[in-house]
This record gives sequence, structure tokens and C-alpha cells, in this order.
Amino acid sequence: MDRIYLDYAATTPLDRRVFAKMEPFFTQDFGNPSSIHTFGQQAEAAVDNARTGIAGMFHVSTDGVIFTSGGSESDNLAVRGTALWQRRTHGKNKIITSPVEHHAVLATVEQLGDAYGFDVHLVKVDRSGKVDLTDLERLIDEDTAVVSIIFANNEIGTINPVSEIAEVCHRKGAIFHSDAVQAAAHLEFDLENSPIDLISIGAHKFYGPKGVGALVSRKKPELFPQITGGKQENGLRAGTHNVPSIVGMAEALLLAREGMAVRSPELTHMRDRLIERVTEEIPGAMVTGDLKERLPNHASFVFESVDGNRLLVQLDMAGFACSSGSACKTGDPQPSDVLLALGIEPKLALGSLRVTLGSGTTDEHIDSFTRALPGLIEANRKRNS
Amino acid sequence: MERKKVVVAMSGGVDSSVAAALLLDEGYDVSGIMLKLWADECGEKENSCCPPEAIRQAREVASILGIPFYVLDVRDLFKARIVDGFISDYANGFTPNPCFNCNRWIRWGVLLDFVLQNGNDFLATGHYARLEREGEFVRLRKGVDETKDQSYVLSGLTREQLSHTLLPLGGYRKVQIRAIAREKGLPVADRRDSQDLCFVGKLGYRDFLKRHAPEAFVEGQMVDSSGMRVGTHAGLANFTIGQRKGLGAGNREPVYVLSKDAAQNAIVVGSRAELGRDRFTARDLNISPGGIQSADKYMVKTRYKASPVGCSLIDIQNGKLDVILEEPVLDITPGQIAVFYDGDEVVASGIIQ
Repeated sequence: MDRIYLDYAATTPLDRRVFAKMEPFFTQDFGNPSSIHTFGQQAEAAVDNARTGIAGMFHVSTDGVIFTSGGSESDNLAVRGTALWQRRTHGKNKIITSPVEHHAVLATVEQLGDAYGFDVHLVKVDRSGKVDLTDLERLIDEDTAVVSIIFANNEIGTINPVSEIAEVCHRKGAIFHSDAVQAAAHLEFDLENSPIDLISIGAHKFYGPKGVGALVSRKKPELFPQITGGKQENGLRAGTHNVPSIVGMAEALLLAREGMAVRSPELTHMRDRLIERVTEEIPGAMVTGDLKERLPNHASFVFESVDGNRLLVQLDMAGFACSSGSACKTGDPQPSDVLLALGIEPKLALGSLRVTLGSGTTDEHIDSFTRALPGLIEANRKRNS
Repeated sequence: MERKKVVVAMSGGVDSSVAAALLLDEGYDVSGIMLKLWADECGEKENSCCPPEAIRQAREVASILGIPFYVLDVRDLFKARIVDGFISDYANGFTPNPCFNCNRWIRWGVLLDFVLQNGNDFLATGHYARLEREGEFVRLRKGVDETKDQSYVLSGLTREQLSHTLLPLGGYRKVQIRAIAREKGLPVADRRDSQDLCFVGKLGYRDFLKRHAPEAFVEGQMVDSSGMRVGTHAGLANFTIGQRKGLGAGNREPVYVLSKDAAQNAIVVGSRAELGRDRFTARDLNISPGGIQSADKYMVKTRYKASPVGCSLIDIQNGKLDVILEEPVLDITPGQIAVFYDGDEVVASGIIQ
């Protein structure tokens, strides 16, 4: 059976051109960038080159790029590292985030509240998952250490007005972090025009390798390292550099950005056709997230009286790899916190489906998917009635 | 030609794992499903998403074999159909066989429906029993390994259900299955050797019933076969037919449970000589389309582990079957399944009334 992959928000295949760039650094140019000798210098040059490349793309200085093990670590470093620093140096004790964050942010903020005694606030979001700026203005004050708001939501695709959020934060002197793990793959932005203080990215969302990411800011950020040890990354992230992956990430991001102008409209077109056909042909189907302000590759739905987990099994059996907000490999799903935060009923939230497109997606894939889905939904509903 | 698609009900144990491997060898397009069944407080946080050991192991087997693996949540239906039925049967003085019912209503019910609705041709399991196909007709036979034979728990399946079923282990002995598992690098441990039911929790089925069917633990009268009161008992669910334990030590001669009277909440006890019945009636019959003849002799098993006994069928009417046994059986128990064999073929089954 030919399987069709429609879960690019979960991860993407490594681009072969990226793999080619990485390959020498596994066996040939294997040096430790911290070493004095020539082997080390070659590796260091490769890491520096990657750093310069990424700094250039986001219009930041090179000491504003900290390499990490991925999006989750970047989120942890940004939120916990900044909160602790701001408290230590300025006595600030308040953290603001949203209820639709990735768990890497949400669980970190929860811990900062529970274990470190920070004063934690969740800003309101509207039904499309966009942050309510008025509510943010109401919550924020001079005591606010850090505000963390997701750039583009992984579950519902909604893009937040990050520049406006940054302005609100800066008026009160708060640091603004944004999880841009999904956004970086599809939106061309820089930190000059979007004055966010810290963004998290992870390479495997844009056809780079897994296990590598970065925290990016305009200049060396003020924060406490979360992995302490050696002096790598300006003392902000200890541990020997993952040289091949860092090289791969820089190449992948470059290719992603070069390709966006052509690929983005194509993805948007396929996404809209998918959304249109699903909502027209399936009764009780509803799009989650914003219809316009959303990632070009991202379609997400809830279906009345559907068991979303079972739907994923049905889809996989039919050859389509998708995902849902409540995806759970042990068959014991909980409604997604993100969907509940939008005001969606728990029962309806259990019938969620996320379809995300990418490099391999074609019009034919969208056709065969939208042909198959109505029947699978109908069968799913029969079981539930 | 498109390969036939089969879904194997996987437990993570050696039998279902080898079943999947054998089907792959035969050229089927194989995937695995594990059912998530309702279980009483198992020590885990309710609805926790952490994978229990069995799921982890089945997933590992699937990855060794290179087949897709899914978990299907059927807790609601399993609770409603199997667990609640088990509880109310006990409350009514019956001793049900929930595995038999689970096969009929859950494995070959919800799961088979799901399998067929999603483009598959067959459901397969690691049961030790054989299916013999002649055109449209399917016979259910005992497994070649008589000591492991599981045709008893499959005897409630209709021919329609069996026609969409594959039982790849039926022609093998358990030792061979273990050898195949080793050869293929699959785990060889049995996961389901536990004697207890899968849903009753750590404390066992009596404790489960105490919590869910307290009415089955109300003290009642113990009478002899003439109806004379000889003592009290601590609740019907504590006793099964033929049981000797727990009837009080005061008796000069050992006594046994002869029968249970749910309406009166009484148990009837008597001497070993009084124990045993040579007739019974079975209801909810599932009869092979080949039919059964009252003139013919069959062998019948009245419990999963019982030895087969010769019998003849007196009468079939109103969906009930009157049976006469060639020798008395000591523990004919209402609620258990009677399975009738012609040689090694299952020709009928029914619930003992």
C-alpha cells in the first residue's frame, strides 16, 4: 500500500541536500569544536558558519543564536532561564503565557509556579486561539518577568499577532518569548521587523535533523543556562556541540526560506481546497483555529460524534498518516487542552483531526484523502451511536 | 494480485505474536490491534496515558515484524456488555464465562466490525483451534495440541464470524510455537497465564464482586436436599457447584454444594453421593449449519477445563437443548458453557440453564 504522509507538523523527512551537508561531520570532520587542534578548528568553523547563517536570516547578531537539542529545550531555556534571571536581577515575579501553548512552555510555566513560586497568569484567547491583546494589557505590569506566547499554533495553526504582543510587552519592560517551532518552517520573519526578544526553533519541522534547535534573540540574551557545565554557547548552554545537526539545521532553514515564496501559495491552495471539501462534504465538521491567519500547510477539524483516536487508526489503515490534538498511542485519549481553551466541548474535542501538508504533498493526495474521509467518518459514527 | 489484509488481535504474548509472524510468512498484509478493555482500579491513575506493559510488548513485537500496530479503546462497550453482565449474572446465582462472551461480543463483535469496515479481509487470533473451509462452509475444530485447545471459548462464534477469521496456530503444538518464536526473535513468555479475569484488578474476582455485587454476599440459608435448614452461608458468590471448602467444619461427613437458589438466597448442600447430575438444559444455542441430530451421540464439555463426557440430545425446541449424559458430572454449573463435539468438530454450544 502507498502510504500518504499528512503529518508534517509532527515532523518532516530530512532533505537530501541537508543530509549531504551533514554527512562529512559524522566520520571525517568529527572534531570537537572546543578543541585547540586542527580537527577542532574545522568543526568550530562549521558551527560558526551555521551560526552566522542563522543569525543573518533572523537579522540578529551571532551571539544571539544559542544551539540547543530542539524546540522543547529552547522553550525551557527561554522561559525558565529568563524568569529566574529577571527575578534575580530585577526582583520580577510574574509570568504570563496562554492556555494554547505547546506543553514545553505550559509545563515549564506550571513548574515555575509550583516549584519556584512565580505568579503565573494565563491570558485569554478567542475562539480561534488568538491572544486577546486587551487582556494581555490588563495582566501585564512592571513586575512581569517574561511573557511566552506561541507564534503559530501546532494544533490549530492559528498565527498570533506577535509584533503587537511584543509592543505591549516592551511598554512594561517585559521579555517576550515566542515558540516559533511551527512558524519557522512556513513564515519568513526576522527579529527586526517582528521585535520578539526570544524565539525557539527546532530543525526537524523544516526538513532538518531531529534533536537540534536554537534559541534566537537580537543579542546575547540575559538568562540562566538550564544545562550547566562547559562554556559553550557563551556559557548559556553547556555540552559538546552536535556539529552535524547544527550544520544541517542551518542548511535546512536556508532551503526552507528560499523555497517559501513558491511553496507557500501552493500549500495554501491545497490547504484551502482540503478545508473546503471536508467542511462541505462531511456533516458536523468544523474547522478549528483561524481560517485566514493560519499556517499555510495546516488544516484542523473537529467532527461531531467521532472518536478521533479511532479515526486515526482508520486513516492509517486506509493509508493516510494524520494526527489529532488528543492523539494517544495507548488508546486512552484526553481532550486536548488547546481545544478546550477555545471553548470547544470536551466530547467534540475528542473528535479532532489535524492534517498538515508538506514537501511531498500533491493535489492527488488531497483528492484521495478527501475522497476517503467521509466514509471513514461515517463508519466511525456508526460505532459511536 | 492484491494481498489479502488481515488484522491480528495482539496481546504481546507468544501466541498472538507467532500468529502474526505465520500470516506474514503466508503472504498476508498484516497489521496488529490491541483492545483497550475496561479494568477495575488497577493502581494506575484513571485515564492515564502511560502504556501498560502489555501494550509496550505488543508494540515491540509489531516493530520486530515490521507491521503497523494500533490500540483500540473499547472500554465503554466492554464494561456495558461483559463486566456488567458478569456482575448481574453472579448476583443472580449464575457463574458466567466472560471470556466466551468477550469473544462473541467484543473480539468478534466491535473489533471484527472495525476490521471489516476498514478494508480488511480477516481477523486473526492466537487461539489454539482450527478452521476448516469448504466453500462457504466453515467448521471449527479443536487445535492439534489438545492440551492447549481453545475451541471451547470460540464455540459461541457464528459461521458468519468464523468465515472472516483466521486461526493460524490451530495446526501447531505449543512447543512448536515457542520454537518458532525463538527462531524469529520474538518474546517467548506467556503473558496471560494468570488464572484470573483480565478486568477484576489485583485483588481477584471475589473481591471485585464484593465491591460490585454486594447482594451476592448477603448471608443466607444453607439447606439439605430435603429443604431442611442445616446452617447459614456467607453469600452465594462464595460458592460454586461441587465446592466443599467453606461450608463449616461442624459436619461429621463432608458436604458439598449441590445447587444455588438465587430467589431464596439459599444454597443446597449434600453428601458426595448426592452430587452430580446426568442431565441439563442449554439455552442461547449456537448450532453449526451442519446441524445436530438428536439420535447421534456427541461429546460435551461443561467447563473450559472439564474432560469431555459422552451425551445424547433428547430434544431441541424453543431454542433450548435437553441433554442426557452418559455419566454424571459433579459440577454442572448454571451460567457456564456447554460445548458439543462430534469428534474434534464443534457442532453446538449453549449456556447451561
